[in-house]
Amino acid sequence: MAARPVDEVRNLKLFEYRAKQLMGKYGIPVPRGAVARTPGEILSVDYPVAVKAQVLVGGRGKAGGIKFADNLEDAKSRAGEILAMNIKGERVKSVLLEERLEVARELYLSYVIDRSSRSVLLMASGDGGVEIENVPQERIAMVPVPPFGYSPFISKILKTAFGLNDDQSKQVDALARNLYGMFISEDCELAEINPLVLTAGGQIIAADSKVTINDDALFRHPEFSEDMDDLTPLEQRAKQEDIAFVQLDGNIGVIANGAGLTMATLDILTINGGRAGVFLDLGGTDDPKKVTRALALMKDAGPGVIFLNIFGGITKCDTVAMGVREAVQTIGIDIPIVARIRGVNDDIAREILKEIGIESSTDLIEAARKAVKAAVK
Amino acid sequence: MAIMVGRETKVIVQGITGHQGQFHTKSMKEFGTKVVGGVTPGKGGSAVEGVPVFETVHEAVEQTGANSSCIFVPARFAKDAVFEAVNAGLGLVVVITEHIPFLDAMEFVNYAKLRETTVIGPNCPGVTSPEFGKIGIMPSKMFAKGDVGVISRSGTLTYEIVNALTEAGIGQTTCVGIGGDPIIGSNFVEVLSRFEKDRKTKRLVMVGEIGGTAEEEAAEYIREHVSKPVFAYIAGRSAPQGKRMGHAGAIISRGRGTAESKIKALEAAGVVVAQLPTDIPGLMLGK
Repeated sequence: MAARPVDEVRNLKLFEYRAKQLMGKYGIPVPRGAVARTPGEILSVDYPVAVKAQVLVGGRGKAGGIKFADNLEDAKSRAGEILAMNIKGERVKSVLLEERLEVARELYLSYVIDRSSRSVLLMASGDGGVEIENVPQERIAMVPVPPFGYSPFISKILKTAFGLNDDQSKQVDALARNLYGMFISEDCELAEINPLVLTAGGQIIAADSKVTINDDALFRHPEFSEDMDDLTPLEQRAKQEDIAFVQLDGNIGVIANGAGLTMATLDILTINGGRAGVFLDLGGTDDPKKVTRALALMKDAGPGVIFLNIFGGITKCDTVAMGVREAVQTIGIDIPIVARIRGVNDDIAREILKEIGIESSTDLIEAARKAVKAAVK
Repeated sequence: MAIMVGRETKVIVQGITGHQGQFHTKSMKEFGTKVVGGVTPGKGGSAVEGVPVFETVHEAVEQTGANSSCIFVPARFAKDAVFEAVNAGLGLVVVITEHIPFLDAMEFVNYAKLRETTVIGPNCPGVTSPEFGKIGIMPSKMFAKGDVGVISRSGTLTYEIVNALTEAGIGQTTCVGIGGDPIIGSNFVEVLSRFEKDRKTKRLVMVGEIGGTAEEEAAEYIREHVSKPVFAYIAGRSAPQGKRMGHAGAIISRGRGTAESKIKALEAAGVVVAQLPTDIPGLMLGK
């Protein structure tokens, strides 16, 4: 399984076909298409079609995940080929069959949450269809959308950035306005159309789209619960428990509280010659049961040693210790635990851990070295 | 002096009757903070830790003269709670709640700017001035009075570093946990500018993390506007690297956002960057 960067633990990426369904709902022109999980599901489509692998990793085109077909039989066999593929570690579970567009130009349009301007940032470029990182900065228009919402001046910027005539500009204005509406209503973190195609017939159509939804807003969008099935079973469990879970390639299982401390723990292990295998960030909790479930998760992930590094604040040290005791006594943890406990109620926590035979340290570096040593054994 | 939390600070706690609200109200009071009231709708007229509970922030402000708020309200109601605090004219609002939707945070951060309210957080440990009090959830034991200003994006990592400072005999004026979310009320630059103006603060410690470009922006600001020595640690040198938020996130960063880029930018601005969080006191003492 590929490691996820810390940030991505907190968003939900939609498959292309789901992103397009969503865009269609907001009046954004998308190609006509149908989804299939097996070649047998393909009945009739208007040909020629593009057969596109539905995966969340990038670079599927280069990996052979997009093929073309001129008739039903052709479409079934291309779909069969793609459904058997594994693209960068991700198994293809469905394909999208989509009308082929007559492309005159490829453009780029996106909205994203921007930390610096603390706003929704619109980005647009006339150089679409390629990886946007490779487009020179001066060829990308960046406009923080006013906090009060989309405003007509944005369409003037888009008209210039894309080099459009009046009719095309009108279409793009409606599309950009609707995409912004979708971004806000659906709590997106990213809504990207690349390429945004200008067809030979003068139509503007969202040919490929990426949408991610802010996890923390999912309580407002129960309909996305079915989109969470791309996770591994352990990831899924972690997500349900509200525990940030990242799998790496070492053999030390790290449990810490807070993203910063978790990352600093990795840094300290690395500097001391160790390698983290799994890391779990408990976040802020006052529920010992959550700690118990985190240990159960860690047990199933199976590292060589568990390094518990807690600096108590909102997550009190004794809460963590009670959760650990519960896990050791009921689930049985057969992996050695090295603990380092500091902060709120650390004295009580140390007593609890002592009862179940876990010696805890207060010194971070000393504990990290102990964990590295235990992992080597 | 100190920044944000001083002699005049009077705090109300929104969500005071909840588990966290009660525990930390007690802890804030024990630390010497003037906690003058609390707000929980439906619980007005009761008391927590001897602190009167009100129905609305407006009522609490009217009755107690509070000028600051500490918010423990659950994520889905947090936006309204911040709106209420800003609307009632409070000068400082510290949002402890985590998992607030980004768009909600964006709305209240913008509203607060309009009304000139300082927001710290969300998803932050709060602000502590050892001489005057604390707003938030930082463990009380680890602080000492002194001349160092601390700014951090992380919660627990702040504790780690402040604890190490205190153990080395280095005290603090104020410690500000600005929060780890993408959208926050006050960023490094805004807090750095306050510390630069604070006469009591002589040295600064900055704790950053990988992701985003806030540390690089802080480095540019330090180079131009900060005369006091700055020491920093950036967490995540060995964290897995990957694209953040798809392609769009990657272009905003343009190669910035990694630990290397942040460390390079800070060092170029004259900041001393520690390899490990626990190395900071030694570097400050010139060891």
